[in-house]
Amino acid sequence: MDIPRKKKKPVSRRAFLQSMGGGAVGAGVVSRVLGKEALASQAGPGEMETVSSRAIALTVNGRKIKVTAEAGETLLDVLREKLRLTGAKRVCNRGECGGCTVLLNGKPVYACHILALQVDGAEVLTVEGLADGDKLHPVQQAFIDKDGYQCGFCTPGMIMASAGLLKKNPHPSFDEIRAGLAGNLCRCGNYQKIYAAVGAAAEAMRRS
Amino acid sequence: MKTHPPIDDAFAEYEELSRPQGAQSATTRPAESATPPAPAPQPKPGEFKHIGKVTPRVDGRMVVTGAARYTHDLAFDNMLFGRILRSPHACADIVAIDLSAAQALPGVKAALKLKEDRIRWAGEPIAAVAAVSERRAEEALALIKVEYKPLPHVTAPDKAMETGAPLVQDQGNVIKSNEAARGDVEKGFKEADLVLERTYKTSWEVHQPTETHGSVARWDGDDLTVWDSTQAVQSVRDGLARALAIPAGRIKILKHYMGGGFGSKLGLGDYTVTAAKLAKEAGRPVKIVLTRRENSTCVGYRPTAWMTVKAGAKKDGTLTALSVKSYNCGGVGRGDRVAAPYSDMYACPHFKIEEYAVFVNACASRATRAPGHTQATLGLEGMMEELAAALGMDPLAFRMKNFAAKDKGGTGIPYSTKGLEQCYKLGAEKIGWERRNKKPGAGSGKIRTGIGMASQIWPGTGAPGTLADVKLYPDGTVEVDCGTQDIGTGTRTHIAVVAAETLGLEPKDVVVHLGNSDLPWAPSSGGSMTTPSVAPAVRDAALKAAEYLKNLASKKLGLPPEEIVLEKHKAASKADPTKAVELKELARGIPRPLPFHGERSDYPSTFAFQTFGVQFAEVEVDTETGKVKVKRVVAVHDVGRVINLQTAESQVVGGVTQGMSAALFEEKLMDPDTGTMVNPNLHDYKIATAMDIPEIVPLFADVVDERLNNLGTKGLGEPARIPASACIANAVYNALGTHVREIPMTPARVLAALKRKEARP
Repeated sequence: MDIPRKKKKPVSRRAFLQSMGGGAVGAGVVSRVLGKEALASQAGPGEMETVSSRAIALTVNGRKIKVTAEAGETLLDVLREKLRLTGAKRVCNRGECGGCTVLLNGKPVYACHILALQVDGAEVLTVEGLADGDKLHPVQQAFIDKDGYQCGFCTPGMIMASAGLLKKNPHPSFDEIRAGLAGNLCRCGNYQKIYAAVGAAAEAMRRS
Repeated sequence: MKTHPPIDDAFAEYEELSRPQGAQSATTRPAESATPPAPAPQPKPGEFKHIGKVTPRVDGRMVVTGAARYTHDLAFDNMLFGRILRSPHACADIVAIDLSAAQALPGVKAALKLKEDRIRWAGEPIAAVAAVSERRAEEALALIKVEYKPLPHVTAPDKAMETGAPLVQDQGNVIKSNEAARGDVEKGFKEADLVLERTYKTSWEVHQPTETHGSVARWDGDDLTVWDSTQAVQSVRDGLARALAIPAGRIKILKHYMGGGFGSKLGLGDYTVTAAKLAKEAGRPVKIVLTRRENSTCVGYRPTAWMTVKAGAKKDGTLTALSVKSYNCGGVGRGDRVAAPYSDMYACPHFKIEEYAVFVNACASRATRAPGHTQATLGLEGMMEELAAALGMDPLAFRMKNFAAKDKGGTGIPYSTKGLEQCYKLGAEKIGWERRNKKPGAGSGKIRTGIGMASQIWPGTGAPGTLADVKLYPDGTVEVDCGTQDIGTGTRTHIAVVAAETLGLEPKDVVVHLGNSDLPWAPSSGGSMTTPSVAPAVRDAALKAAEYLKNLASKKLGLPPEEIVLEKHKAASKADPTKAVELKELARGIPRPLPFHGERSDYPSTFAFQTFGVQFAEVEVDTETGKVKVKRVVAVHDVGRVINLQTAESQVVGGVTQGMSAALFEEKLMDPDTGTMVNPNLHDYKIATAMDIPEIVPLFADVVDERLNNLGTKGLGEPARIPASACIANAVYNALGTHVREIPMTPARVLAALKRKEARP
């Protein structure tokens, strides 16, 4: 399984999106993974019925589950519609904004951009599973303390991207925080507060 | 010719939504009939424990754990998914619509025609279906047969103004939408030593909230409940009652969390009406959530303004005349009016503006964070900067020279408070104003740096008549009920802060109910209305509850009520804090849950009330590539008393970021041949990301407006956005010595401006 991963050094947003397989590039991923059948499913209405579905196993927020996934259905569809985990948001639904970021086998990915059938057997962590019981993850706590959001809609994705970043790089520089979050859009424009939150979370994690 | 519905007027809608029902606006109210209210009780310095301090949001845990339910996240038993078929043509007559094949598709439970005559923009709703899944609804849309007779269209304002252009509105493609004047501008220009005329242009800027517009409608008999991603639960209720012709009392609008609106969710959406109608037909709840493409093309944007500004000044910097002609394009709608900042910001005896609406085949624009003022500020402040350079004056000194202590450009009534001078001083010091190029473009080399500024004016006074209840329960619960909404600005927390402050509690102790149209009336969350409407109403109710509690405590403690303070969850003797009773114990004496009604009072018409502010930007411009990098923005605003410093700073950071994004990147682009938007997504419609933003320094003037309301507070949402694009444009001017005069300042436009010579002083 080839899950796109984030690059190390500061990247432009467009390069970042390409690394995530953004926009039109996605169709190629679909055809590679599912072959002709999936492409047929893009052809038009009425043909969805002919496409197969099958049960996949996932570990979601530590719980092992089985769920039926249809071809063409994304990980985000399964999380939101079938498992009712609505933390990850559907903002652009084409791998452009990061609102649906979850950790897949420990790495941040756009869930709108991963087909469910691709991730059979994978481990998924969503914002609902990030806290340790009542104790918030340091990133979550820092987003409250530093006011790292306004409307809060990009926040679950932003928090998961931040948690993924700190997992990989516990001592990020300011520029590394910027680059690490370059694939997540906040339309309220609260980036400055978000950086402060990620910095504070890194500090808190170092101390604990 | 077919008759068309009245032209959408984004600005009028905004004004109307911002006005309390039954109350006259401050500008139209006759002075003699207004009774100035008694002076509001103002707390003394240091008296506040929470107000004006940093309070983390009371609902933070809900948001950071993903527990907060947005409209997108809702699901109900039996719920259907609605989708809307939209016109592929920018202009066409509908000949026939056949829903039968869609209706026959298994899983489709309702279908509706939405339009049967003239289509005037690509994306206009034609029909809708509700089905058991989104995918099935999408399949059904493809089975709807529509026969169109395509007609010629026009999507570019300059083309629409040409003779022989396809007619967008029956009245013609250009109509006068506003005019105002004082003094005699011709006389003023004669008195001037220097006259400049420049044209400034703004783009179509799309709101792009992260949560696309959407509603869930559910009928229970004759009663309708709608969960809506809205900035205005009250006005959506009233609009829906009109649209469905049912009593407003049968409708409840709920909005618990909402993913951004920025003006585009200020009123009733057609998708909400459609969801309600489909739900009625199917007898099941219906959810409609717009796609990102629909959100980009069908729910408005900031209208453009092409403003030709002519200004005259004497050698000493005294403004003598200002005249403006503006062409505003809001698609099939009337667009904004840009007059107010030009008229009011600087002292100028002779003033004139003419505004024209230009119609094109695109969806109607909608109010966008500070409608009109944002566009006007680019032109007005651009002119101030260019005029200062031509006069050889410091642009800040030039602005101070024309400081207006009264409204209508120094010719009207006095401002109750105006902390702009304080803002200028603080901001200039913080940015290092002395480091600017004394002569614009004086630097050398490939990379040029510059510092620019822009001032801001916006009402933000709040709506008299706003209501809130504070409810005391026998178990000690303190609840606030207010039919406002928290759109991400932190209203829940502001309410908790004010109630906690007044009743001696911590903000987290207060139960806040909002986002429900059944609760006491509050205005739409637009126009920087919410805090100066809601906070004073909550304060009023909480003061009444506090008085009641002090009377209860008076009996327990054997002290007169005026000797008692509420603090640290206790009612205690002012003189001897050990004589105290816990509020929880006191509450046991309450016979039943008791509501105390609060109202936001009126303010005197003998004074003018506005927010003021200034933003300074520092930029780097690459003269080879035309790329602009914003390094730093210092934002200083006078918004009266700040309720929560934490969320206020966030609003400023957000306003500056959005303004920077509009200044450099954002533009809805139309394909003239197909009449459709070519960048209807978040990849091609570029908005600022983590990689783009400057360091932002938010500061507030220390001003409390005691005449305005019982907390002396004004609104902040629009003020933070208004000068942001303009101060960056002016900083680029300071770097290059030529003003780009059009946003977004794309590399191509910057390079084109560098080739111009006439702007070099």
